[in-house]
Amino acid sequence: MAEALPELATVPWRQPTDARWLRRWGRIWHAWTLLYTIPFIAAAVGMFLLDPLATPVALAALAHAWIIPELYAFRGASVVRPKTRGVAVAQAAGGARCAATHFQGEQVAQGLLGDLLGHDERELQRRTGLALERGELGIWLVGQGGALLVTPERRRVHCFCVGASDPELPPSDRIAHLLLALRSDEVGFATVANHAFAGAAWRVRRRLPLPMRPALDAARRAAE
Amino acid sequence: MDRTGHTTLAQWTAEDDAAFADAVREFGEQQALGYIGTVPDGPGKATHVRELPRDADMVILRRPIAGG
Repeated sequence: MAEALPELATVPWRQPTDARWLRRWGRIWHAWTLLYTIPFIAAAVGMFLLDPLATPVALAALAHAWIIPELYAFRGASVVRPKTRGVAVAQAAGGARCAATHFQGEQVAQGLLGDLLGHDERELQRRTGLALERGELGIWLVGQGGALLVTPERRRVHCFCVGASDPELPPSDRIAHLLLALRSDEVGFATVANHAFAGAAWRVRRRLPLPMRPALDAARRAAE
Repeated sequence: MDRTGHTTLAQWTAEDDAAFADAVREFGEQQALGYIGTVPDGPGKATHVRELPRDADMVILRRPIAGG
């Protein structure tokens, strides 16, 4: 049996984030989304039926029903957004490849990360900045400061905020750190990480930076 | 793995006891600094190690991870 992740000692109070835990939290997030969406929709319909003059207020209520879930999805997608301005600029300019010129050691780190990945995963990581990893819990997309997990039923994405403890590491090294921890102990990795959001894949996809969206598409295909 | 991308700390062969002893000492020093030893075991697999395995092709030292 593989040894547990040493970092689990820092979060002894947490239950293991296994498949059962993920299903339960997926259902809780789904119920929570309905709970704060349905009242706004009901209020909008009610106001419109009571008095058509209240249509602007009804529209505002509908807007709330749309915007609040979008804000949660934005929070979830943000776990894989580059955390430093340098990376953000580089990725906006055309993907992870551009980041190599902005960080000392990134070229070297990219080489090591490439060695850890298969051919297709390496290409995907260089285009999108996210490393695709097949696990027992589903398909992972590992970024510099977080990871997305597409569960096998393909409809739901779990977003985890997690990172290496040294903030000065080059971006590819940060991904390699997470990848090695994930490969050592998948449930331990998910337990150490902070669960930020669970929701529909299409909702998370809309809130991802444009260059990262093909990675989520690839993960959804791989989860089929 | 460090801020320069990565640094080779030690190299050894299974037959070279002196080189392996140097590598074990270096491994221990890095562990004392908080690094964690990991052996990549092919696609999708890695093993956390507390002692330097003599027969491993490569041992990567990484920093601990934490929820953000």
